[in-house]
Order: sequence, then C-alpha cells, then structure tokens
Amino acid sequence: MLIYALRRIAGLVPTLFVLLTLSFFIIRLAPGGPFDQEQALPASIRANLDAAYGLDQPLLVQYGRYLGGVVRGDLGPSFRFKDFRVTELIAAGLPLSLTIGFAATLLALLLGVPLGVYAAWRANSWAARALMNFSLLGVVLPGYVVGPVLALVFGIYWPLFRVAGYEPGDASFLVLPVVTLALPVIAYLAQLTRSSMQEVLQSNYIRTARAKGLGAHVLLFRHALRPALIPVVSYLGPAVAFILTGSLVVETVFGLPGSGRYLVQGALNRDYTLVMGMIIVYGVFTLLCNLLADLLYGWLDPRVRPS
Amino acid sequence: MSTRTRGALIVLGVLAGVALAAPWLSPFSHDTLDWQHLASPPGLESGHWLGTDRLGRDLFARGMQAMRVSLLIGVLAALVSVCIGVAWGATAGYVGGRIDAAMMRFVDIVFALPYIFIVIILSTLFPRGSIAALFIAIGAVGWLTMARIVRGQTLSLRRREFVDAAIASGVTTPAILWRHVVPNVAGPVIAYATLNIPQLILFESFLSFLGLGVQEPFASLGSLISEGAQEMESSAWMLLVPAGLLTVLLVAFNVLGEGLRATLESRDE
Repeated sequence: MLIYALRRIAGLVPTLFVLLTLSFFIIRLAPGGPFDQEQALPASIRANLDAAYGLDQPLLVQYGRYLGGVVRGDLGPSFRFKDFRVTELIAAGLPLSLTIGFAATLLALLLGVPLGVYAAWRANSWAARALMNFSLLGVVLPGYVVGPVLALVFGIYWPLFRVAGYEPGDASFLVLPVVTLALPVIAYLAQLTRSSMQEVLQSNYIRTARAKGLGAHVLLFRHALRPALIPVVSYLGPAVAFILTGSLVVETVFGLPGSGRYLVQGALNRDYTLVMGMIIVYGVFTLLCNLLADLLYGWLDPRVRPS
Repeated sequence: MSTRTRGALIVLGVLAGVALAAPWLSPFSHDTLDWQHLASPPGLESGHWLGTDRLGRDLFARGMQAMRVSLLIGVLAALVSVCIGVAWGATAGYVGGRIDAAMMRFVDIVFALPYIFIVIILSTLFPRGSIAALFIAIGAVGWLTMARIVRGQTLSLRRREFVDAAIASGVTTPAILWRHVVPNVAGPVIAYATLNIPQLILFESFLSFLGLGVQEPFASLGSLISEGAQEMESSAWMLLVPAGLLTVLLVAFNVLGEGLRATLESRDE
C-alpha cells in the first residue's frame, strides 16, 4: 500500500509538469503584457523593466529560469504587486481560503451523507421527496447566484450575519461564504448517497441481515453504509477541487481577502508569475485530493486494492 | 417522455422564443439609456417590466440579450466540444495501439487539471469581449468526456462486420471513420451534449461574473448578477432578475437532459 501510494505521488510530477508548461506558454501567447498601461511607458524605462524581470530574454530561457525557481520553491516576483514575491502573496491569502474550504467540505459531509441515507431509508416519505427536489436546485445553482441571494436575505433583510467589511478572526463573516460553498456539494452528496444506498439496501446480504432480525441502526450503519460510501468517496476528489475553485467565487462575492482572487486579478493584469503561482498551488491541492480520494477508495473497497 | 421533461422543453421553448423576440416586444434595446428612469423598480407604468439598472438601461431588454448570449454559447460550445471530442475519440479508438494510449493519456492529464483554470487561461488569449473566443475557450475543454465516450463506443464498433467489409473493399481509414463510425456514435453523443449545455452556460456566466467574459455594453447573466450584487442593498431587483432567469434556464436544461438520458437508457435495455 505504501509503495503504491508513493508511486502514485511520483505520478503526479509529470501531470504537474504538463500543467505548468501548458499554462506558462498559453498565458505568454495572450495579447498584452504586465507593463502595458493606458499611457505607454518611455522606451528606456520599459526596456529597464523588461530587463529587471527577465522579460527581455528568449521565452525558452525565461521558461527554464522559472522552472528552476519552482523546483527551489520560489514562484518569482509578482509583476503587479511591487516588492512582493508570489509566494508571500499566496501565503497571506491561503489560510483564509483553506479555512473556508475545509469548513465547507466538513459541513457538506456532515449534512449531505446523512440526508442521503435518510432519503434512501424513507424513500417514499414526503420529506425525502421534498429533499430530492430541493437538491436538484442545489446542484444546479452556482455560487454566484446563491451567494448574493443569501447575503441579501440573511445579511440585509434579516441581518443575522455580517456580509461586508471583513475583520479577521470574526467567524460571523464566514458563515454565509461557507454555506454558499457547501450547498451544491451537500445537494450532490445527498443525491449520490441516496442512489447508492438504495442500491445497497436491495442487495442479498442486507435482506439476510434484515431476515435475522437486525435493528435498523446496525443494519444501516454497520452493514450498508460502508459499501454505499464508495461512490461518495470517489466524488470527494472532484468535490474538493470544486470547492477550491468555488472559493474563488465566494471570495469575490463576499469580499474576503483569500488567495482565490489572485487568479482572476493576475489573469486580467497579465501578472504572469501570480497566475502561474496560483495554478501551481491550487493544482497541487487538486491533484493531492484526487490522490487521497483514490487511496481512501482502496481502503473502503478491498476489490480495487493493489496486490 | 415524462410530463417533467415535456414541461422543461416547453419552458425552454418559451424562454428562447421570448429571448429571440425581445427586440420587438420591448421598445428598449440592451444599451438604451432612459434618463427618466434611473434604477427604477419593476413596474408596468414606466414600461420597464423588470426595472432598470443604475444607468437607466431596461433589465428586460438586457436580460433577454444576455439569454441570447447564454443560449448561443451553450449550443455553439457544445458543438465545438462535439467536433473535437468525436474526432479525438473516434481516431484513438479506431487506430488503437500506442497512438490510442498516448491520446487517451493526454485526455487523462488534461482531465486531472482544474478545469476552470484552463478556461480562465484560454479566455485571456483572445481580445476581451469576443464571444467567438469565449465559446472556443469553453468548448475546448468540454470535449474530454465526449472523447472518452466516443472512444469506448468506437472500440466495440471497430470489430463489427461492416467495418471489416469496408476495409476489405478498400475504403480509406478517414472515410471509414467519417461514414461508418461517426454515424453510429450519434445517439450517446447527442444525449451527452444536451447534458453538457447547462454546464457550458454556467462557464460563460461564471467568466462574465469574474469580468473575463462578455463585456459592456453587452450583458451576460453573469455580469448582470455581478452588477446586481453590488446594488442589491438599495435595488434588490437588479440581482433577483438575472439570478431568476439563470435559475430557470439551468433547471430547465438539467431536467431536459436527465429526461433525455433516461429515455436513451431505457431504450438500450
């Protein structure tokens, strides 16, 4: 298992390399550069700037230098935020983004799975049906619709939570962002758990367990839950990736100083290193979460365990 | 077809019809400024049925123009992803061997990358606000699943007698792909493409919400929501109108896609 895990981690390197290379060259193809302004800079200043940031070198040389920096853990200087390294910028915003993302994942798991189990167990009750219809809405609606509407209802009409002027350490700012982020995942997890639970509940060994008189709790949680969770776990990797990119929206909607906004700002400003840095950091997270989900999968389902 | 699916189809038809007919239904265009009615709430007497934004532009006209963009991009981007996906998947599945392995490995790698990043990077490639660029960027990443589906289908088609017959009678490989393989994968391709449309519409409005997509004076549901969110404290309708339109559009497309898939699946069995 350990060797398998290590081999999988090593397998991430080429994927990351492709990601890095593709995004490096594509973003350089984009028209405009970081120092383009309404009023063109004098040629000599422009030349100095280009030289200072190494932009006067051939693209391949720049690529080589950048790659060398990444290997040593240096993501380069930001082109637009003067005197800041990209690593510093991302490190400043990442804790908040991760807090929101982690809380949302936890909330989604704690609500989505039990709701799905309930909907499968009492499939014909009106509550379960209402839940499933509501979950369709939850799956479909994007964060930039849910977020502002939640802010309008619970921040302005009925001011339970604060929605503007973030102050660090005040958790009441984080409730609505976390709920916004978690909602589609809760809905999807509920659907997923319900359908796989229903399938498991129809299988022979559950009928046997029922026939020998096991109580509902033992039946559901000791016998049915583990196999029913397999599709749920395989969705976790994509879910975490979804939450990470979703944090980009939520940070914009609720004006939170996380790191997600750097991706868009960087893309708009042609801040090459900042965009690349964000892609690398978020890319590593996504790939690691996918890997973790795969390993968990092996633990849950002995059939896919590598021998 | 269930009542639900039929209902979704009707809703979509009405929405598309109204969106297309909007220029004749309303005296305002998406960029007409009405100085008498700045940020006025929805009402019949002003003629602004869904209200105006803070520049006095009619939200019905803007919403419907945005809807046309959404529908156009959804359909065109789906076409782009169908073209790339079918070509890629059919070639990989038919040729097989190392080429197949390499091509699908490429799909796996791109699949592992955070989808939205690629769209954001690709969208910076084109001059801002170009709609053609948007659907290329969105369609160019939507083809991955399509390629996988088509490859799977092609693998089984390749061993069928009519393909052997075509090879024996000297038909070239591209012609076999085009005339014998592609028509046979049309069913699942159409079903998946329909399910994909709401996803693509979401991408467009997401990019526009972030300011990377459709640019002023044109509107997108995403950019309308983003503007509305800034004004919601004083004028909630500026947020609720585009949010409502997007919700109805997405729910209808999803119900339709699910219904279509269920129909196809029950036919297979």
